[in-house]
Formats: sequence, structure tokens, C-alpha cells
Amino acid sequence: MSPAVGVVCFPGSNCEHDVVRALASLGASARIVWHGDDDLGDVDAVVLPGGFAHGDYLRPGAIARFSPVMGPLRRFALDGGPVLGICNGFQVLTEAGLLPGALRRNSGLRFVCTTVPCVVGSSSSVLTAATPVGTVLALPVNHGEGSFVCDEATLESLEDNGQVVLRYADNPNGSMGDVAGIANRAGNVVGLMPHPERASSDLIGSSDGIALLGSFLAAASATAPF
Amino acid sequence: MRFAVAVEVRGLEGISDPQGQTIERALPALGFTGASGVHVGKVVRFELEAADEPAARATAQQMCDRLLANPVIERAEVVVSPAERGE
Repeated sequence: MSPAVGVVCFPGSNCEHDVVRALASLGASARIVWHGDDDLGDVDAVVLPGGFAHGDYLRPGAIARFSPVMGPLRRFALDGGPVLGICNGFQVLTEAGLLPGALRRNSGLRFVCTTVPCVVGSSSSVLTAATPVGTVLALPVNHGEGSFVCDEATLESLEDNGQVVLRYADNPNGSMGDVAGIANRAGNVVGLMPHPERASSDLIGSSDGIALLGSFLAAASATAPF
Repeated sequence: MRFAVAVEVRGLEGISDPQGQTIERALPALGFTGASGVHVGKVVRFELEAADEPAARATAQQMCDRLLANPVIERAEVVVSPAERGE
């Protein structure tokens, strides 16, 4: 059965259609969920897409975390449902406290828009279950505030628990520990700055994101919590 | 009573501040030598109705904790003063 995926659209999101298209091409039944809805509907997984939710005012994700949809999203995540935050979605998940740390202005103040090699750091997440540790993926990044930061103890525990799911091979933004993506302890909530949906066809430069999205959909299909 | 509130948000010690570093490097080009420790933060100003100054301060502090600052990377300083009259 094709998993149903809700892709949340905030005012200022701009990657929701790309995500829907990429997931649909992999057999999912993906639909857009408005941020003002206080119900996710009958979904097996949720994606927070990239963009500039609420204009990134104050801080990226700072206002989005109070959107009505975030209440049901939090419950869905805490119940073990697969949740993926891409770029701005990652920022929203950290602001909401569903993932540790924060995303800061890139070192060098440069908005990075390029395709970078990323190395799978852990397979213990809904996003990376299908990719062995050490797999190198070419993934597009497109952000001005993607420099991951947290305190040393948090980074150590992320490393020790296999929560650093993706690392930059050549750090483009000054992220601590070369972190490109992390998961929560249970592995069902994942945030990453690179855009797997923009690497979902050779026609657009890379299909390396398919393994990640495929893993996410497999988790969504599984009846048992991941 | 109405109070004028200014919340200054700045990065925590040890969190890199690339904007501050860039400005610090730019200053000598204009002849301003000797500036160090440049940091860029932001100020959120607003007026607030509250019973008294401690109440205004407490409310502003709650705003900081819940929205205005991210404690993972920032700290906030609240300054409360009586609002100017005759606006």
C-alpha cells in the first residue's frame, strides 16, 4: 500500500511541491497540509519542507513552531511517527525542541547554493536505514543559516548515540562536527539541511536522494513503529 | 501603567558570530583601529501594559523564554522603563 505523507506548507514555504513530486515519483500518496490546520489527517509520515516559513522573521522556525499544525505534529512525532525536516523544516524542528541544537548563520556569511558530497554517519534513522554508514551522496544545499551548533556535551551524545545521520565531506557552512543532518534518539524524527527531493532524478543532477526518501517511505509503510 | 521594553538579544559566549567578526575586520579599513570583541545582536522594542515594573519585567522575560530568544544559542537582556507620555 502506498504510504500517505503530509507535507506541511507554512506561509513562505517554497519546496512543498518539489517534495510532493519526489515522494509521488517513489509511489507515495503525498499531499500538502496547511500550517493553520490543527489536524494532520490520516498520514503515515510528515515532511516539513524548505523555504522561509513566516519570512524567517526573528529566527528561522521561531514563529513556525507555534503554527496550529505543530501541536498534532508533536504528538505524531512523540508517538514514533516518521517526521522529516528539510532545510527550513530542520530549523523548525530544532526551534520546536523536537531535535537538539540550532542552525546559525553560515560561517563566512555566504548563502551556499551548490551540490555537496555528504557521508552517511548512521543508519539508525528513518531517513538512512537503507544507506550503510560511509555511503557518499551528492546532495544539493541551499541555505544561509545552516550552520549547526549545540553545546559540546550534546554533540558528544549525538555522536555516541548514532544520531549524526549525515555529515558534510567538505563543510560548506561551519557546522559543528560537520553535521548535515541529525535524528532524535528514537530515529523517527530527522532533520537535514541538504535537499534530498532535489536529488531525486538524474535529470536534475543527482538521484542520490532517492535512497533517503525511499527509506523514509519504507518507515512510513511499516505498521510497527520504527 | 505602560512601560517601554527593550529586549537585547545576543549570542551566547562561545557561539561564533560571523557578522561581528566581519565588521571587526572591516573597521580598520576605515581607520578605526583598536576595536575588538565586536558582536552583532538585535533589539526588540515594544510597549507593555502592566501593573508595575516587576510585572512588566516578568512578562517580558516570559516572552524571551518562549519566543524572543533561543536559549540554545542566545541570551536576552530585558530593560524596562516608564513609557513616555503624550504620544
